Amino acid sequence: MDLSLLKQRSPFEWHISPRGKMRVPGVIYATEGLIRDMDEKVYEQVTNVATLPGIVQASYAMPDAHWGYGFPIGGVAAFDPDVGGVVSAGGVGFDISCGVRALRTGLTVTDLQRVKEQLAEALFHRVPAGVGSTGKLHLDRHEMEAMLAGGAQWAVGKGYGTQEDLTFIEELGCMDGAKPDCVSEFAKKRQQDEMGTLGSGNHYLEVQQVVQVFDAEVATIFGLRRGDIVVSIHCGSRGLGHQIGSEFLKRMAVSAARYHIDLPDRELASAPINSEVGQDYLGAMRAAINCALANRQIVTHLVRETFADLLPQATLSLLYDVSHNTCKVEEHVLDGIPARLFVHRKGATRAFGPGHPDVPHSLRAAGQPVLIGGTMGTASYVLVGTEESMSLAFGSACHGAGRSMSRHQALRQWHGRDVVKELAARGILIRSPSFRGVAEEAPGAYKDVSEVVDAANDTNLARKVARLEPLICVKG
Amino acid sequence: MMQNWEHFPHKADMGIRGIGPTREAAFEGAALALTGVITDPTEVIPAQKVSMTCQAPDDELLLVDWLNALVYEMATRKMLFGRFEVHINGHSLQATAWGEPVEVTRHRPAVEVKGATYTELSLKQDEQGRWIAQCVVDV
Repeated sequence: MDLSLLKQRSPFEWHISPRGKMRVPGVIYATEGLIRDMDEKVYEQVTNVATLPGIVQASYAMPDAHWGYGFPIGGVAAFDPDVGGVVSAGGVGFDISCGVRALRTGLTVTDLQRVKEQLAEALFHRVPAGVGSTGKLHLDRHEMEAMLAGGAQWAVGKGYGTQEDLTFIEELGCMDGAKPDCVSEFAKKRQQDEMGTLGSGNHYLEVQQVVQVFDAEVATIFGLRRGDIVVSIHCGSRGLGHQIGSEFLKRMAVSAARYHIDLPDRELASAPINSEVGQDYLGAMRAAINCALANRQIVTHLVRETFADLLPQATLSLLYDVSHNTCKVEEHVLDGIPARLFVHRKGATRAFGPGHPDVPHSLRAAGQPVLIGGTMGTASYVLVGTEESMSLAFGSACHGAGRSMSRHQALRQWHGRDVVKELAARGILIRSPSFRGVAEEAPGAYKDVSEVVDAANDTNLARKVARLEPLICVKG
Repeated sequence: MMQNWEHFPHKADMGIRGIGPTREAAFEGAALALTGVITDPTEVIPAQKVSMTCQAPDDELLLVDWLNALVYEMATRKMLFGRFEVHINGHSLQATAWGEPVEVTRHRPAVEVKGATYTELSLKQDEQGRWIAQCVVDV
């Protein structure tokens, strides 16, 4: 990105002054290096989001921002329904509530070594991953409605996990306001055999090792120590979310003119929050959030079963579950006055600071865990929300490394078989149904996750707690 | 014969493009490019046929609808498609796709397509009169 387009406010904060139809400024949080490497499209998309009706404060981009759909991936924007604010299907994206959860295991690296190969195989066979995979569960009409209304709470009620798990999931595992009747029959049909599946692309299931602790006090509150084994699960609302995303994108793109919304990009498809389309979308999108939460809960159950077979001494307890692609109603302070806003996070993580009532009681003194997924060959990070992040970007932080190279280019550069071999030599076992999929997800195709995390840390969007490195990675 | 489809790069996902002498041929090429995101289309045996219809207010939205109809059929039938026949009348489309159930060991599917997007979406004729239908798909 051309730096001359931006005004630098601090080493990590870059502003785009309102011009043309922009209603608010754009703000990008990143180092100079990350900004230079960012696609010009990020600038265009941050600027476009700033033109949407009812946007407040600013259109934000996180340090991992890259070219997305309408919104940049790593985009955050909040809308006030009382001044004509909109909800945008493009602003949430196709994989509604795609997210990451991390589980402590009570194990150390030494416990794992003996069964590492077996565990990799067993996880790969137990957790359905990749194109065409189905779960063991088939949802009939009644169960589908119950799942869409109940989320992870429904899954726990079915025996997938414990009541304690729910404490450590955003919204306590169940998004209020879901309207299963706003979800099309197509979306429901697409989901009926997909519960408890990982999906493909950048989704993964990893067994990781805590290799470094940056903040001992918070790490203790989070129950993390150097040498601990952690399991991370990255997946979303599967076919149901994708279908809802596609259907509402069209419905909003077609209805925008009727609501006098001037879309600079059709992908920004939006509708007023206080409109029939807007309300239908919110009901369907919240049902998709519940689907994602239930899905991660079932995958967790499958992981627990697998560990119980091979490492019966393991106790898999949930550290936290964060969602990346959402629009949520939250209270934030605008010019000193509390306001009820519809906060869109597209490829961005909620990162509430210490003392926030939505952070689980046992973690509240520290703040919300922020789980940042890396690549299968580098690292993931656990961060914690800060007080400052609440005013910087509505309590939001980055969500991952972000790609630096297209899949197209990655395929030309790497062979999946070689990537698997190289990682095995470094002690990282990859299991995937597709070598081509592995090549497209090669670690070198992503930005340096450490630089992204350092930028989030130095900006105070979230503070570093621990670094996790992969030992086993199941890719779809 | 020249291949009637290709991919173009997008940072996070994949661009698909169909090229042909008619709108229909370009739509068919775009469908092959969609399969090409997942597996080699020539590896897909056209054993079963599935019919579909779509309507949209304009041709570009029709292209997205067509691709999303295929995404839906692939997802719910657990199939891949390797041959297509498209008929367009105004902004309505009638099509047949031929394919077979996904066989992971043979097709080695790289990635699942979540949906077709409006990013880089266009349907136009180039200087030689060829129709070009393209968009980015989210994977």
